[in-house]
Amino acid sequence: MGSVISFLSGAVRIGTVFLFGSTGETLTEKSGHLNLGIPGIMCFGALGGCIGVSMVGSVTFLTVIVAMLCSFIFAGFLGAIYSLLTVSFRANQNVTGLTITTFGVGLTNFFGPRVNDSAFFAASRDHFTHLFGFYKDLGWFGDLFLSYGVLVYVAIIIAVLVSLFLSKSKTGLHLRAVGESPATADAAGINVTAYRYLSTVIGSGIAGLGGLFYIMDYLGGSWEYTIDAMGWLSIALVIFTVWRPNLGILGSILFGALYILAYYIPVPTTYINLLKMIPYLVTIIVLVLTSIFGSKNVQPPAALGLNYFREDR
Amino acid sequence: MTEQKSLHEPLFHISKRAALPWWKAWLIRAAAVLAALVISSIIIVIVVGENPFKIFASLIDGNFGTSYKFWTMLENVALLLCVALAVTPAFKMKFWNIGAEGQILIGALAATACIMYLGDSVSEVLLIVFMIAAALIAGIIWAVIPALFKAFFNTNETLFTLMMNYIAMNLVVLFINIWVTSGSGVLGVLSKGHFPVIAENKSLLTVFVVAIVTALMFVYLKYTKHGYEISVVGDSLNTAKYSGMNVKKIIIRTLALSGAVCGLVGVLLVGSVHHTLNSSLADGRGFTAIIVSWLAKFNPLYMILTAFLVVFFQRGANQLASDFYASRVTEDFGDIIVGIIFFFIIGCEFFIRYIVKFRKKHKETATASDFLSEGDNVSDGQDNEPAALKDNALKGEK
Repeated sequence: MGSVISFLSGAVRIGTVFLFGSTGETLTEKSGHLNLGIPGIMCFGALGGCIGVSMVGSVTFLTVIVAMLCSFIFAGFLGAIYSLLTVSFRANQNVTGLTITTFGVGLTNFFGPRVNDSAFFAASRDHFTHLFGFYKDLGWFGDLFLSYGVLVYVAIIIAVLVSLFLSKSKTGLHLRAVGESPATADAAGINVTAYRYLSTVIGSGIAGLGGLFYIMDYLGGSWEYTIDAMGWLSIALVIFTVWRPNLGILGSILFGALYILAYYIPVPTTYINLLKMIPYLVTIIVLVLTSIFGSKNVQPPAALGLNYFREDR
Repeated sequence: MTEQKSLHEPLFHISKRAALPWWKAWLIRAAAVLAALVISSIIIVIVVGENPFKIFASLIDGNFGTSYKFWTMLENVALLLCVALAVTPAFKMKFWNIGAEGQILIGALAATACIMYLGDSVSEVLLIVFMIAAALIAGIIWAVIPALFKAFFNTNETLFTLMMNYIAMNLVVLFINIWVTSGSGVLGVLSKGHFPVIAENKSLLTVFVVAIVTALMFVYLKYTKHGYEISVVGDSLNTAKYSGMNVKKIIIRTLALSGAVCGLVGVLLVGSVHHTLNSSLADGRGFTAIIVSWLAKFNPLYMILTAFLVVFFQRGANQLASDFYASRVTEDFGDIIVGIIFFFIIGCEFFIRYIVKFRKKHKETATASDFLSEGDNVSDGQDNEPAALKDNALKGEK
């Protein structure tokens, strides 16, 4: 029982990285832009958050708020470069996205070691990893639901909000229209450019929080370089959850479970990589199945990857 | 006042340029690279606190300093160029194969598997033949799987090929773990399956092979029926269909070619460059090559230049890391400079393709519709802009 609980809560924790990334990427993709810069953006968001922590130090809960803001701004900045190049300058999205990834990973690896990390460990222990101090008194219930850091709950709230925004609000409807058929949306008087900019910048900011969470919560405040791999998994998760952030909450836990499964079941180390392959395999299977049998509801946004030029007809 | 304003043209409007003379286009690109270098220099001064000219001298030294550095640079240019060539036919067809990384790795894995399982039983020459064949076939399989689904079910190829990369990566680690019984997870230098060394220069073979591939690819894309079909499919899928081309066949055939060339890179990496296998063997080339190919406008000859540009900064950054160790410069600095340069080049393409016209201060002639709407503009917000409305309506029909 105890190991099952620790496995599940471990899955939720690592899954949070994917959840941030995939929620942000979903928001962006719904506007019709495939942002392959997410891995670099998540790295840069982590760097931003760490700079925030090192500026404020481990004082109060304020540390978390400043870190989140910095992380959001840094990641949003790369998202803004991406939008400038793809929306305004009409550059190819794949090329721009991959360049953002190269640039973001390079920046992060270069500047990361220069950040003063003396406050990281304390900040992580005191403010990031456990929001509810009393969870230990509640047994398995506390372990499973209340043992997480603040960012886990933030991720879930953001995913729910984005999901409601996309399906229920008028602005969300407009955003989906922009991603499905920008020409029609434009004709209906929707400002395609503004929607695409905002959804990319905000989406990038959300994804950046995933990087912050990984460093400050999951790793307990130690600096590491492997966030970009998480970014690619986040993009996979977007497809796996057929562009729905509310499904993303469950999907991220599943991906998280697959990610850490190898540490919980007795697999010979030789074959661990067979397990690590599974998230990508199931993503491909979902992609193929939705393209063969999928109804309209599970398709990628129709204009995904296509830039919109009003003058081109 | 605001009503008056709504009658005017927007602040600027964008229209397609007629073809720019080639030298003007290249002047814009050169200016973009120069601007990127200036920005990079500013970053160098602020962050590293070094003289940017010393940094650039070190970059040049890293590429041309010694004969060894020079040949390593050439070898790297050749490898990156070869991957760029591999992805180009697919891109011309608007098939976004971002799985080159995986196709290289799977080719390298197949070649290594030949060494591991056949190395002791067949002669060295035969082994090399097997390695090449296995790598090409593996590369083809890895590229054709997404192509089949794209052709028959219109499955999104960008995401499919992306996922295939990580499956290939995990397969590589899996097999290394199977082969390396010590559990270290590191496959040492392989003693068998070494490609011949020409004129005592280890890099020459790779450079030579890639030079041939470049020439062949140039001819294939420009002068053959296949190349023509690829262009038609890329420019207009419907034109291709109406003119009776078998689009499915073209997609699969082109991706098979892509995969084969990636497989070739894989076998070169194992047989001639590194003589070993690990999951980062492709070194991100599959991704960088996409940018290299796109920046060269899918022209194999320009790609030599763009591949050189990237390798110059990557190799140069290695030199920086050793020269400026005290200032804590790492190889990652190359990625930053390359990123900035790419941003500028990507951005400047817009100004080559389009012309931005700003609103004139005064309208010389007011058209009839302007007068009409000036009278009507109290009724409804949208009526203020009859021209824009008509524009949108036309688009809606489309």
